[in-house]
Order: sequence, then C-alpha cells, then structure tokens
Amino acid sequence: MTQPADAEIVQFDNVGLRYGTGKEVLTDISFTLYPGSFYFLTGASGAGKTSLLKLLYLAQRPSRGLIRMFGTDAITLPRNRLPGFRRRLGVVFQDFRLVPHLSAFDNVALPLRVAGVSEREIAGAVTDMLDWVGLGDRQHARPATLSGGEQQRVAIARAVIGRPDMLVADEPTGNVDPDMAVKLLRLFEALNRLGTTVVVATHDIHLIRQVPESLIMRLDKGRLSDPTGALRYPPRRAARPASPPLPGIVGQ
Amino acid sequence: MTALANLTSGWRARIAGSDARLLPQARLSGPMPWVIAIMVALTVIAAASGLALRNAASAARAGVEGGVTVQVVNADPAERGRQAQEALRLLSGENDVASAHMVPQSELDRLLEPWLGAHVGDEVDALPIPALIDVRMKGVVSAGRLEELRKRLAGASPSARIDAQSEWLAPVFGTIQALQWLAGALIAMLAAATAAAVLLASRNALGANRGTIEVVHMLGGTDAQIARIVQRSMGFDAAAGGLAGLLLGLVALLFLARQFAALESGAVMAGALGWSDWAIVALVPVAGVVLAVVTARITVLRALRRIL
Repeated sequence: MTQPADAEIVQFDNVGLRYGTGKEVLTDISFTLYPGSFYFLTGASGAGKTSLLKLLYLAQRPSRGLIRMFGTDAITLPRNRLPGFRRRLGVVFQDFRLVPHLSAFDNVALPLRVAGVSEREIAGAVTDMLDWVGLGDRQHARPATLSGGEQQRVAIARAVIGRPDMLVADEPTGNVDPDMAVKLLRLFEALNRLGTTVVVATHDIHLIRQVPESLIMRLDKGRLSDPTGALRYPPRRAARPASPPLPGIVGQ
Repeated sequence: MTALANLTSGWRARIAGSDARLLPQARLSGPMPWVIAIMVALTVIAAASGLALRNAASAARAGVEGGVTVQVVNADPAERGRQAQEALRLLSGENDVASAHMVPQSELDRLLEPWLGAHVGDEVDALPIPALIDVRMKGVVSAGRLEELRKRLAGASPSARIDAQSEWLAPVFGTIQALQWLAGALIAMLAAATAAAVLLASRNALGANRGTIEVVHMLGGTDAQIARIVQRSMGFDAAAGGLAGLLLGLVALLFLARQFAALESGAVMAGALGWSDWAIVALVPVAGVVLAVVTARITVLRALRRIL
C-alpha cells in the first residue's frame, strides 16, 4: 500500500452514469472507500451494481461527477496510466471472463504475466492458488470443460493472485456450493487482513452475515443509500490480528 | 496452406514466449503467409527486372557514351576519300579525342551485305556508300562540343555529317527508363497491397479476440503488450511467407534467365545481375517483414485507442 493508512482509496463525488443517450443508471453516487475495509454492495437486480463496479474497476468513465482513486483523479487519468492503476485492482467478473483458449493455469497466471513476473515465480504461485481453490487437478483444463462453479473459482484465483490493493467482485459466489462460498469468503477476508480493500456485490444475505465488520452499500434504482452514514464517516476500526500467509499470493 | 501455418505457429511457440499465449495464434494466422508469399514473389520478380534493365541500360550507355560517328557523303569517290582523310586528320588532332579510325571498306561491305548483297562498294560506283569514321571521345560528348566539332569539320570536309552515337539510342534508353519506373511503381503497389492485407488481418485478429483483449486490458495489460502479440504474429507470418515468396521468385527468375540467355544477345547478357543486385533481391522479404510488423503495430495501437 502506497498511501497513508487513513487516506481514502476511492472517492466518488456526485457521480452519474448513463449509457449513450439513455437515462441515468447511476445518480448522485457519493461515497469513500478506505484501505483495508470490507464492503458489500447489495441491491435488487437492475439497481446498478454492475455499473458501479465497472466505474470502480475503470472499465467505464462516468457521465458526470468526480472519481478519485489511489489519490489521483481517475476521470482525467491519461490512457497510458490506466494499466498501472488496473494492476492494483483485482476483478471477479459476473460472467467470469476467462480466456477460452487458455488453461485454468494460464488464466490464473495472466495478471502475473501481464505484470512481467518470472515464469518460475508464476509456476509455484499459480499451482498453490489452484490447489487452495480446489482445482489443483484441473490446472490444464480449458474453461469450456469446467463447471460454472469451477470457472468462478478460477476467476477468483485470477483476481487475487497478484494481491491487489482493491478487490472488486461481482456476485463471486453465485455458482458455488455454500461450503465453497464460505471458503472463498475466508480467502477474501484473509486478503482484506493483508490490507486489500474488498468490494463484493451480492444478493446473498447469509454471505454478508459471515463478515460482521463489513460495511454495506445499498443501491436502489441507481441511487446509493447510506442510512447509517458509515460510508461517508466510517467507524474507526480496532486492530485486527495479522493474517496467516495465503497460498499462492504473489508479493505477500 | 496448413503446412505453412503450422510451421509459423511452431516458431511462435518457441520464440515468442508467454506473451504469445495471450491470444490464440491460429486466428491471427490464416492465409496471411501465402498472401505475403505471393506479394514477395511478385516483388522479387519486379525488383530483379528493374535491376536487370538498369544494368543493360548502363552497359549500353557506357558503350556509346563517348562514341561519335562521322559520315562523309559525297558521290565522287575521290573527293569522298579526300574529305574523309581531312576529317580524320582534323579529329585526330583534337585533345579530347581518344581514338579515331576510318571504318574499312570490308567492314562497310559486311554491314551492308544483308540489304544490298556482297561487294557493293567495289562494283557499284553509282551507289555512293558514305565513308565512315569511328571516333572515341574522352568522356561524354556534350551537345555543345558536338556542334563545335561540326563547325570545325565544315571547313575541311564540307560533306561530313557528325552524330553522337547516344542520340541514335535515346529512344531505347527512354523506353528502358520507362520500364524501370514501371518496375518501381509495381513494387510500390505490391508494398501497398501487402500493407493493406496486413491491416485487414490485424483488424480481423482484434475483432475476433476483442473479449480476450478487454480482459487483458482490465488486468493491466498495456496497448504495447497487445500490439506486440499481433505484430509478432504478423512478423512470423511475413517471415515464412517472405521465405516462400523469395524461393518462388527465384525459380521464376531462373526460368526467365534461361529464356533470355538462349537469345545470345549481348544487350541481354549485359543485364545479368551482380552480387549487389542479388543482395537487394534477398532484402525484399526482409523489407516485407518490416512492413508487416510496422503496419500491424500501427493498426493495433490505433484500434486500441478506441477501447478504454
């Protein structure tokens, strides 16, 4: 983490988003995300969760408002600086977006290869990570031969392997059984203890209850509600025990 | 087609490293190596033809560059002979004349034999054959110098007509030069067609892999990294195609060379390619690879600029 402990990692100020000439899908979104916090983004289908996440992982520019990320104005960010910002993010896409012609191993290795990590380092880290998500024996399988749940675990492994500053996950446990969902959540928590800010979009209230110290962001028809003010004025957090080393995470 | 594509994908796997695995190489390849092979083969033939024409023109120009012919046209053989000797004496005394000699009657007979039969000069005095003096000047004969000589000969040998040999061949040189320009234009058009083929293939590769490219972008991949994958693929295709095209072109050139050699013409033989010419021909596929790589890079970078 390069910024001071209390500096905001993301700041949205009156952000609006519309696609083309349609009506706004996000309206007057304002919130601040702090380093090392754990957020759940909830809301009904069509409330704008995926659109908000797209703004968070810099796949979309807003129609209006201000977005600061890692202390920099993300809206006017020159194109050549985007890759550097994106390498600090881990993204679990709702539709997984695995590269179809690559094996599970190569999909998980992709962010490390993009970042120029050596093949020797990649081999150990990716194998450990795939073992941890229960896919050690499916390393060479192509996405088309994996089940939905297995694909989702590959997508999660790909998002976390580079130990991002912020993890953004869109319905990351939608296709896995409850036991694996909890296990993956523990992975997110462990990563969070290492300092990664985690934002998980989910409908699953049971999943939210698994992380009692998490903060809730609720979207309703494109507007963000913050009834407790916890998003704008987060409570000071007690010191938490250090996380044990995580399998396969590069750069711990 | 499959064999050449397999060959190029094999190179890629060994040389390109981990980047090459980001996009499926088969989709990038397709018929490109063969398109480039045909373009390179045609370019090799056009380039070799242009160089051969240049060599033939240079040899011909060197042969006639300092050549001047003096004809003494007079019906009276005695007067013709006298004026010819006077002209020869005058020309031999000039500083810039390397050599001057009277063309012997036997040579004139040999030249005229195909049209007028044998011993024309001996038997038919009624048919006045001009006396010819072959002059070699030191260096190129300018129009001014030719006019100066004409004036000087006018006094001593009023029946003399003087011409630079290069003037007779001017239309031939003009034609050769036009053919050289044509070869150059053909090479330029083939280069443009190759660039267009690479541009289309690069756009096609981007379109077919858009989803993957978006993911690589989202994971922090740079435009240069993505461009490198495509340009490397095009480079391999161009290298394989260029090699095949060079071989095809050389086979065609050897065939043409045999046909021309059978003519046993000095002018044609003078067009033979030297080592430096063959080196230029061998550089055609290298230029093809550079053109393909640069075109692919520019195309991909420009296209990626439209994606966030």
